[in-house]
Parts: sequence; C-alpha cells; structure tokens
Amino acid sequence: MEKRVTFKGWLLPLCLIAPQVFISAVFFFYPAGQAIWQSLFIPDPFGLSSRFVGLGNFEYLLGDSYYRASFITTAIFSTLVTLAAMIPALFLAVMADRLVKSAGAYRTLLIWPYAVAPAVAGVLWLFMFNTRVGVVAWYLGQLGYDWNHVLNQNEAMGLVVVASAWGRISYNFLFFLAALQAVPRSIIEAAAIDGARFWRRFFTIVLPLLSPTTFFLLVVNIVYAFFETFGVIHTITSGGPQQATTILVYKVFSDGFVGQDLGSSAAQSVILLLVVGLLTVLQFKYIEKRVHY
Amino acid sequence: MATVTLDNITKRFGRDEVIKGVSLDVADGEFIVIVGPSGCGKSTLLRMVAGLETITSGDLRIGGVRANDREPMDRDIAMVFQNYALYPHMSVAQNMGYGLKIAGLPRAEIAAKVADAARLLQLTELLDRKPRQLSGGQRQRVAMGRAIVRAPSVFLFDEPLSNLDAKLRVQMRLEIRELQAKLGITALYVTHDQVEAMTMADRMIVMNAGRAEQIGTPLDVYERPATLFAAQFIGSPSMNVVNAEGRDGALHLGEAALPNSTGHAGPVKLGLRPEHLRPDPEGPITMQVQLAEPLGANTLLHGRLATGDSFTASLPGVHTAGQGSGALRLSVAAEHMHLFDAHSGARLG
Repeated sequence: MEKRVTFKGWLLPLCLIAPQVFISAVFFFYPAGQAIWQSLFIPDPFGLSSRFVGLGNFEYLLGDSYYRASFITTAIFSTLVTLAAMIPALFLAVMADRLVKSAGAYRTLLIWPYAVAPAVAGVLWLFMFNTRVGVVAWYLGQLGYDWNHVLNQNEAMGLVVVASAWGRISYNFLFFLAALQAVPRSIIEAAAIDGARFWRRFFTIVLPLLSPTTFFLLVVNIVYAFFETFGVIHTITSGGPQQATTILVYKVFSDGFVGQDLGSSAAQSVILLLVVGLLTVLQFKYIEKRVHY
Repeated sequence: MATVTLDNITKRFGRDEVIKGVSLDVADGEFIVIVGPSGCGKSTLLRMVAGLETITSGDLRIGGVRANDREPMDRDIAMVFQNYALYPHMSVAQNMGYGLKIAGLPRAEIAAKVADAARLLQLTELLDRKPRQLSGGQRQRVAMGRAIVRAPSVFLFDEPLSNLDAKLRVQMRLEIRELQAKLGITALYVTHDQVEAMTMADRMIVMNAGRAEQIGTPLDVYERPATLFAAQFIGSPSMNVVNAEGRDGALHLGEAALPNSTGHAGPVKLGLRPEHLRPDPEGPITMQVQLAEPLGANTLLHGRLATGDSFTASLPGVHTAGQGSGALRLSVAAEHMHLFDAHSGARLG
C-alpha cells in the first residue's frame, strides 16, 4: 500500500517546494523567458538599442544556408557521438562483466575518464592531435598520413566526435555494467543449455533485456551531444574549419557572443529548445514501445 | 535417452572442497533424486552435469562418452531451473522454440514441435502470452515445455517445485513423474524436500557436506539407512536417535533394556522411527508425554525418555493415552531398530 502524507495547511507544502521552484525559476524559466523575449528583437551593432521585429529572426534563420548546414552538422555529430559513446561502452561492459579476477580494478580505471571535464578533455585531445606538437599527429605523419584537422573538415569532425565520446564511454559503461549484472544468471545459463553461444546469447537474450538501460542512455547521450559538447568544440576547433564542426549550440554562442547578434542567438536557442523537446517526446513515444521493461 | 555416469567427481572452489568424490551410475530412463539440506552440494553436482560448473576431478560420462570438457549445449541435456529462467521478452511459444531455432530447424517444424509439447502440458491457450502474464504453475509448465521440445538425452531439474504452493507442488510432482515415465528420458532431480525424494525417485542420493551418504531406492534408504544422517534426513517425523549401550547381549537405554540383534558391545546410537513404535503395557521403553498432536489418521506424541532424550512416537488413530498425565509404555519390533556407530554414524549390522 502506498502511504501518503497529507498536509492540512498550505504554508508548509509551499515552503517545501519553494527551493525547487526558486532554482527552476532563476536558472530555467527566467533565462528561457528572456531568450524568447530577445528572439523578437534585433539589437543595433553597438548593443545600445534594439528594434522589435516579431518573428523576423526566425524567418531569417530558416532561410539562412549556414544555419541549415549547422542542423545537418548537428545531426551527424550527435549521431556519431552517441554511437561512439555507447557501442564501445557496451563492449567494454560485456568484457568487464565476464571478468572474475581484478574486475574491480578494471572497473575503476574505466570510470576515470568521466571525471575529466569536457573542456579539459578537449585540450587533452587537442594536444595529442596538434598538427605541430601532437604525439598522435606525429606518429600518423611517420606512417605517411598527413593529419591536419585545422584544414580537413572530416578530420576535424572525427576529432571532436572522439573527444566528446571519450569521457562519455565511462558513464555509459557504468550503466551498462550495472544492467548486465542485473540480468539473472539462470536466464543466461538456460540459453547456454538451449545451445546459444556467447554472441548469439548476447544478441537474442542479453541485449533485449538491456533495452531499458539502452533507451535511457540514448536519450541522455543525445542531449549530451546537443549541449554539453560545447567545451570540446570550443577548445579543439572553435566550430571550424569552414563551420564544419559548428553544431547548433556552438552557433548560438558564436553568433551571440562573437558575432554580437543577440536576437538571432536567442532565436536559435529557442529553436534548439523545441528540437530537443520534440526529440525526447518522439523517443519516449516511439522507441519506448519497443522496450521490454 | 542415455546413461549418465559420475566417476569420483569432485569440485573445489579455491580451497573449499564442496563435492568430495561422488560416484553414481544412472541407467537409461532412470529417475534419480539428489536430496540433502541446503549447502550440501547437490545443486553444484547437478550444475557440473549440466556443464555450468567445471569438474575439478573425476569423470562424467553421458551416453558412455566423456563429457567433462563439453560445453553445456553439446551435452544433449535440458534443465529446469528453480526460478524457471524463462526469457522475459519472448512469448511462451518463442521460449519453448528458442533451442530449436538455434539448432536451425525449419520454422514449420519448430511450430509443430512446440504445439505438440504445449498440448502435452496444456499450454496451447497460452502460447502467445509473455512469461509475466503467467501464474507460477504455468511458468513451471513452460519451463518443462522448453526442456521437452528438444527431446534431450537427460533432464536436469534444480528444485523446480520449491517456488510453488503446497497443493500445486503435489500436483506438479505427479505430472513431472508421469511425463518423465512417458518420455522415458533419464532424469536427475535436485530437491531439499524428502517427500519429493521419496515419492519421485527410482533411486535417490542422500547428500551431506559434499558426500553421498547413501545411494539407493527410497524404500532401501528408509528401511536400511546407511548412516545416521540419512536415517534422520529421510522420514517424517524424523527418526528418534538415542544413546544406548550394548552390554550383556542387550541394549541398555538407561533403565530400559532392548534385544541386541547385532551383538555390538559398547556405546551406540539407536535409531527408532516414530511410526514403528507400538503402545504396549509391557513395553521396554517408557516415555513421558508432554504434547500430543492429533493429525486425524495418526497422533504425534512428543515427550522425553527417562534418560532425558527427547522422543516422538506416531501412533495410529486418535490417541489419548498418556496425554497430559505422563507415562506411556512402548515397544518396537527388532527389525525396526537401527544401530549406528556412536562416532562415525555408520550403520551397524
């Protein structure tokens, strides 16, 4: 039986929810409201005055080929980051789950990258692949491959994807490992007796049983790729070369704070808000149906 | 269908030897029950036959072929688990057909075999359901169905009835036995329930602390328990065991003297089954009754002997003698007296 506590007055319940309401108001509703309000204006080049333009900012953005390109870049980037963060994590978790000896040590080591902040991870990867002093770039040069992510768009995209996914693998690994360990041993044993060998068991029994975790991680990783990768992109490529790594959230920043077009920047963040909201709703509505809880 | 041979099988986890050399020959189509208290190694033994645990030493032969190093799937066995281990994301039909699908059988053939097994187990109506929509008894049947569709050489059961309620357990006990007899498939069945062991087994292994205390037919074990442990584990209520001493050609329990058929002298353990005691005004055993439990068909009388040993007698019908007041005199036939070595617990005579 569910136990419910009911309050008689209204003062105490109000006090109890006040901190959450306060935080949401200050850090979400107020800035989001500001963004929506600002998206309706165009400031002058010096930021001294602004002119009301209605939906003009949105109209301009939808016709802007750079903005449309940024959408495609974001789609490619977030797909790649999600895949690159989840597939290796699942593989490592499956391997760690099979370990008997010193499993704890491997687990701890595999969790460490998560402790590295995205911007720091970005700098780390930048140094390794730096075209002049990077270790990896130098070795690639020895092998006859001329690594230059400053000029090559695909290499730039590859590098920011790897740098963004790297720390994320640890996070996903933790969840996958916990989920794997929650799969009842006897089900795996039953499948083994039924004749399924390891990978067959994995794809027909284990993976379906992991689907709630996989679904959760999918949502969380896509949201991560959309927003939290800003630091990585800012430190490694700053959106370049030729805007090849300018994802939507980076364009919000560069148009607003570098280009000083606050109206467009605000309009972009409103669109971003809608896109992510829509994506999450779609995921819950369609993918969740295929998830076996 | 196959024979199963265990030849001095042992299992070690680190330094702990949990199975200390078990040997057994199972005939084709025989139903063997492995019974013992929790922690005696009975499940480990079964899992070694299944291939889910490695065998530390000794030989396992299934159908005459050494199977120690074979993978579970290559041993031609099927196992029913205590928690059924059904695949939660598959329907009943998919659960039962999974093994056949992996074996690469054509779809139509799988469907036919699953339908046959479902008919046998009265699961036809439930084939499209998911395991979570089934009751405990139905899940048990699906687990059975999954085992029989593959027509294995050996069935392995790991306490399959312990999650069911008492009534269903009795019913499934009969069904499993009938099914096994009908299919004629060799079966090894692990349980901690001595009633299951008595009713189902062709032969049973009584296990204790990694050793087979006795291997024999249920009546064998009941009538001639090889050790004190087997004597006390099999039979309900369990056997009375009292200290006695062989002296002057008789067995002395304190004041009482009983005939000594073995002629063994010195301290021994005397085992007397409660149901073998008879009220007898001239009987040598005097029991102070403290509590009577009328069960209808018989009455259990609990009390103590003059020596202080606690003692139980099961007398037929409703029995009021000695209730509350105290003394009840009992006698026992010589063939129902079991003597065990006071130290090793091995049967004497």
